[in-house]
Amino acid sequence: MTEHSTGTPATRRLGFVVIVLMSWLALSGLWWSSEDVVQGSTVRIMYVHVPAIWVAYMAFGLTAVCSATYLSGRTRSIAWDRFAGASAEIGVMFVAVSLVTGSLWGRLTWGTYWVWDARLTSTAFLFITYVGYLAVRRLGGTLRQRARRSSVLALLAVLEIPLVHFSVTLWRSLHQDATIADPNAKVQMDGLMLFTLFLGLFAFTALFVWMVLHRQRVIHLEDTVADRGLDAAIADRRDEVAK
Amino acid sequence: MKHATFIIGSWVLTFASVAGYSVWVVRRGRQLAKSATKEEMPWT
Repeated sequence: MTEHSTGTPATRRLGFVVIVLMSWLALSGLWWSSEDVVQGSTVRIMYVHVPAIWVAYMAFGLTAVCSATYLSGRTRSIAWDRFAGASAEIGVMFVAVSLVTGSLWGRLTWGTYWVWDARLTSTAFLFITYVGYLAVRRLGGTLRQRARRSSVLALLAVLEIPLVHFSVTLWRSLHQDATIADPNAKVQMDGLMLFTLFLGLFAFTALFVWMVLHRQRVIHLEDTVADRGLDAAIADRRDEVAK
Repeated sequence: MKHATFIIGSWVLTFASVAGYSVWVVRRGRQLAKSATKEEMPWT
């Protein structure tokens, strides 16, 4: 099984752990934890919304670290670029999830799906920036050209993350301030609610690790196939079979 | 549960996105790995 896949015994074990954690999160987030005194049942959306944007930040941060390592490293290993690309792609998916779940939460709490608020707008801009990053990765050229131009772009794009995160304090925003991450805040949350939130962060982080390991291996295989010109050979073979 | 449609919808959307992407990555990996040699897959 390992011979014809991107899996290893370690990633399979991690995958099993992720399934257990995500199932536990669903039970805790949807049934076991109590409703919030202010938000009511809508707080249950937070158990996926907050971990989703957390993973997106982490993914884009990893993209920047890998890109910086590629540009500064002596060997300039393409493996760093593959990790950067894999991480950015996963980050884009999680930003999209965060935007949509946040929008659904906003409809219930604010009475509207979308407002051009500082946090929402900057998050949407972050999403568009990294979609652009993924588009730049698909431009033609050699692997080294792809790595160089996307690394530079990743180092510029990551500067948006502090802007998004601190947008709620820099500008007047409808979006609430940080609840847990604020060192001056007195966190008054029910134990199981707080646990569920941290369980979500942990489960999504484990999921991200699993995803990025697999995706960078897929990119490795895609690069290998492209190098050998196998795409053309496979297309020829398919044509023969079709005939 | 009040607002069940929105809450369940958020969870379904999240889990479906994650599951869909994961399945796509694993299937794409298997498809590409078929034509790769063992030397081209350093993780094996």
